[in-house]
Amino acid sequence: MSVKIRTLVLLTPLVLFLLLAVFLFKGLFSDPTKLDSALIGREVPSFELPDLYQPDVTHNQSIVGGRPMLINVWATWCPTCYAEHTFLNQLLAEEDVYIIGLNYKDDSRGAAVRWLQDLGDPYAINLFDFTGLLALDLGVYGAPETFVVDAQGVIRYRHVGDLNERVWRTEVGPVYYRAMQESGLEIPEHRMELLE
Amino acid sequence: MNPRRKKRLIMTSSILVGAAFATGLVLYALSQNIDLFYTPTEIVQGKGSEAVKPEVGQRLRVGGLVVPGSVRREGSGLTVAFNLIDVGPAEITVEYEGILPDLFREGQGIVAQGILVAPNRLQASEVLARHDEEYMPPGLAEALKGIEHVPPSQQNYNQNYNNEEAAEKGSGGGYDR
Amino acid sequence: MIGEVGHFALALAFAFSALLAVIPLIGVARGHGGQMAIARQLTYGMFIFTLISFIALVWGFLANDFSIAYVANNSNTALPAIYRFTAVWGSHEGSFLLWMLVQASWAAALAIFSKRLPLVFAARVLAVMGMIGVGFYLFMLITSNPFERTIPLIPVDGRDLNPLLQDPGMIIHPPLLYMGYVGMSVAFAFAIAALLGGRLDSAWARWSRPWTIAAWVFLTLGIMVGSWWAYYELGWGGWWFWDPVENASFLPWLAGTALMHSLAVTEKRGTFKSWTVLLAISAFSLSLLGTFLVRSGVLVSVHAFASDPTRGMFLLSFLGVVIAGSLLLYAIRAAKVKSHSRYDLFSREVLLLGNNLLLVTATMVVLVGTLLPLVHQQLGLGNISIGEPFFDEVFMWLTIPFAILLGFGPLTRWKRQKFAELRNSLLLAMALAIGIGFALPWIFADVVSGLAVLGLILALWIVFTTVAELRLRVASREHKWPALVKLGRSHWGMVLGHLGFAVMIIGIAVVQNYEIERTVRMGAGDTANVGGYEFHFRDMQERQGPNFISDSATFVISRENGNHVANVVAEKRFYTVTRQIQTQTALQVNPFRDLYIALGEELDDGSWAVRIHVKPFVRWIWAGAILMSIGGVFSLTDKRYRLRRREEKKARKQAAAEAL
Repeated sequence: MSVKIRTLVLLTPLVLFLLLAVFLFKGLFSDPTKLDSALIGREVPSFELPDLYQPDVTHNQSIVGGRPMLINVWATWCPTCYAEHTFLNQLLAEEDVYIIGLNYKDDSRGAAVRWLQDLGDPYAINLFDFTGLLALDLGVYGAPETFVVDAQGVIRYRHVGDLNERVWRTEVGPVYYRAMQESGLEIPEHRMELLE
Repeated sequence: MNPRRKKRLIMTSSILVGAAFATGLVLYALSQNIDLFYTPTEIVQGKGSEAVKPEVGQRLRVGGLVVPGSVRREGSGLTVAFNLIDVGPAEITVEYEGILPDLFREGQGIVAQGILVAPNRLQASEVLARHDEEYMPPGLAEALKGIEHVPPSQQNYNQNYNNEEAAEKGSGGGYDR
Repeated sequence: MIGEVGHFALALAFAFSALLAVIPLIGVARGHGGQMAIARQLTYGMFIFTLISFIALVWGFLANDFSIAYVANNSNTALPAIYRFTAVWGSHEGSFLLWMLVQASWAAALAIFSKRLPLVFAARVLAVMGMIGVGFYLFMLITSNPFERTIPLIPVDGRDLNPLLQDPGMIIHPPLLYMGYVGMSVAFAFAIAALLGGRLDSAWARWSRPWTIAAWVFLTLGIMVGSWWAYYELGWGGWWFWDPVENASFLPWLAGTALMHSLAVTEKRGTFKSWTVLLAISAFSLSLLGTFLVRSGVLVSVHAFASDPTRGMFLLSFLGVVIAGSLLLYAIRAAKVKSHSRYDLFSREVLLLGNNLLLVTATMVVLVGTLLPLVHQQLGLGNISIGEPFFDEVFMWLTIPFAILLGFGPLTRWKRQKFAELRNSLLLAMALAIGIGFALPWIFADVVSGLAVLGLILALWIVFTTVAELRLRVASREHKWPALVKLGRSHWGMVLGHLGFAVMIIGIAVVQNYEIERTVRMGAGDTANVGGYEFHFRDMQERQGPNFISDSATFVISRENGNHVANVVAEKRFYTVTRQIQTQTALQVNPFRDLYIALGEELDDGSWAVRIHVKPFVRWIWAGAILMSIGGVFSLTDKRYRLRRREEKKARKQAAAEAL
């Protein structure tokens, strides 16, 4: 065999490795926690849940829709939710994002209320889902999770894990603001780029 | 044929035969042992755009949440049955005989592997709790890394709210299963 | 303060590795001896500062310095001191620091023991070690700094170590495993240095052989301890799960085993040169791949965990540069290498080639089984899982030809072997193996299991051919026993390694086919009969441990004829800080069987689900692995390597005398 042919033969391991690397690379960016919710494109399931602050007040699916919003699933037992909370406050303060909080299977109403009092309350409405009923209907696997719902009450996107600047910029924000744009609502100047 | 050629021919052909045999063996074993992953909804309504439902008798894996209140033990034995759900409303029943993993709990995500004995009934041979420490293989339990989302300074704060569960959930890293 | 010292030392170690990667190579290019020779000093610097960094972290743990985030996440004041020490490698960052320490130690050892090598070659080898170091140190400093601070909010107490890791097995498992993993980088460095120099002669094979064997010994022991740990700590009664993380350690082992044998051929016969180089590259590449798989979270197993994409990205880039670079270098340089040696179809060369091909096939099988789910998913074909039966089945079929060849190999001469010379010994070995293989289960077991018989025959075949080989070697000698002793440690290393493999096959074949497992519902006072033993559940007590509370069940084990065997305690522990439940199995062990009790959950009426296993010969699996490692150690201490050292000493003395 000439040297040239031998070189080609000996290149096989390299080619095999590169092929493998492509898959590893793709695998790295397909988030294993990304779950395709069968609910995407459907309306938020019906529910009836008490308010977190006032046990005798109940909310139902009518609070969803009318404008684009986020539904954020959280709990005090979830450390990641704590990390996420600052960012949610920031979303409310700086971009006036409308968020419904779904307190998921918390240990007590008291702990949840205390948490919001201490850390600030970024939520427009607070739902208290002690048994995890709505969360079950939504197919929530854990906390935190965030759903983007458009003005028609249809779920547009689901994010598993915490929201942070990166996730907001690359994944959740664009979906939310597109829904805002469709509804003709105002979008903060510095977030216009997310629509591109 | 000269002896060198002949030798080379024998070696090359035996390597080729061996390779073919090995490939065949691997493919055969794969075809026997690949388990597709379903969610309860996919089992009931079918999977993918063509809504392919698994057949009764098929070996598969199913992952979902244990429906609260559905866990029941049957008789004096160790048979346990529970329902699994994902996005609802479809539920399937899983039957299992044996010891459930330490982290098995109602409302928790689990994976069951077994044989479908009825359109919505699985006879499980193995039940794994998601993020189950018991499942964790040797190596260095790297599964426990990933605390980067929560600096411990904040962790401490968490415990003020709830000493009991913060740490446990914390070990799940950025995403608590 | 100690955190900053550690961090700074790590940065210095990085600086040393960067210099090490560059300066010696410049020296080689310019032919500047001083620049080449400085490689040693740079290596020592890298090692010392890594050691300082490691000690700093250990100090942080022992002093309960919760201002270090990593300590706060993995330790607790209630944790016993020994586990506070092992908690250093209890999670990602610290275990990587340990990894680096091991890497630097290998490099330092190389620097010490490479004085005999030509300076140019030693400089290249150490430079390659430096390059590997650059990537790893950068990875640590950028994505996984173990010295990150919790300031200003320093926690009062830490979050405790994962209960599963609070175990003696975990004290030694990671260091051993890393010694093996990283040790493969030495063989890799030799191969790359040889490729860089363009001289793929048998010299590099001779030099890298002891290093490869040493790394292989560590890897074998590391995997063995891991398997043993999983066996009693996970409470499942299994000793190997074919989990991605286990496979990650098994892949370099398979490649390393092939490399070890191929190196022997290259050293002794000068053939298979480019093949050996490829194996050396592969063994280390697979170590790296394993690290990537384990630490990037790219493989979704049931214990899917949140992962940091930057870490994965970094490791993958590093993987790409190292592996693709070396494979490219390989393709360019190895093409020019020609083998001259001639050998017949029936010769040791060909048998070893067969052994290599089978090992490589096994490597491919594990690789496919581990990565196929990922590829399948990426191709959009949905989620799949590949079960243990896949691996079990394929490995069973691969073991058969492997064991048969293994029996032939040592008996066969290099270059050419007349079959007729061996026919009688081989036929005798075969007859004995088959006869005894059938007889043993028939005498001792109630049922004769086909697979167990097959396993026994293969193992006995290896044993008898090994005996035949030893007989052959001393056949012409007058005094047989002294001649046997004189055979040389390297030879005995081979014999022990092969016997170890046979012992392991026996263990696997018997335990897989004769194990008895029963899950029963038991309350205090109940008795269960399993496999000829009576397990009496005497009582259940609550016990307070240092950082856990446990439900301890005492079982009285006796033979069915009433003879008392032992009292054992099985526990269900609840770790109060991590809030984790952990099963502590009860074991009663003798060389021929393990009695294994694991508590399940408590049932409504106060009774417990209990799983009882009777596992015959399961110890033999690990005993086999230990025997193989001892074989490796024997080879390492062979006269060839020791003689040289003595000569060296003599030479040095002479030089000193001359200088005077």
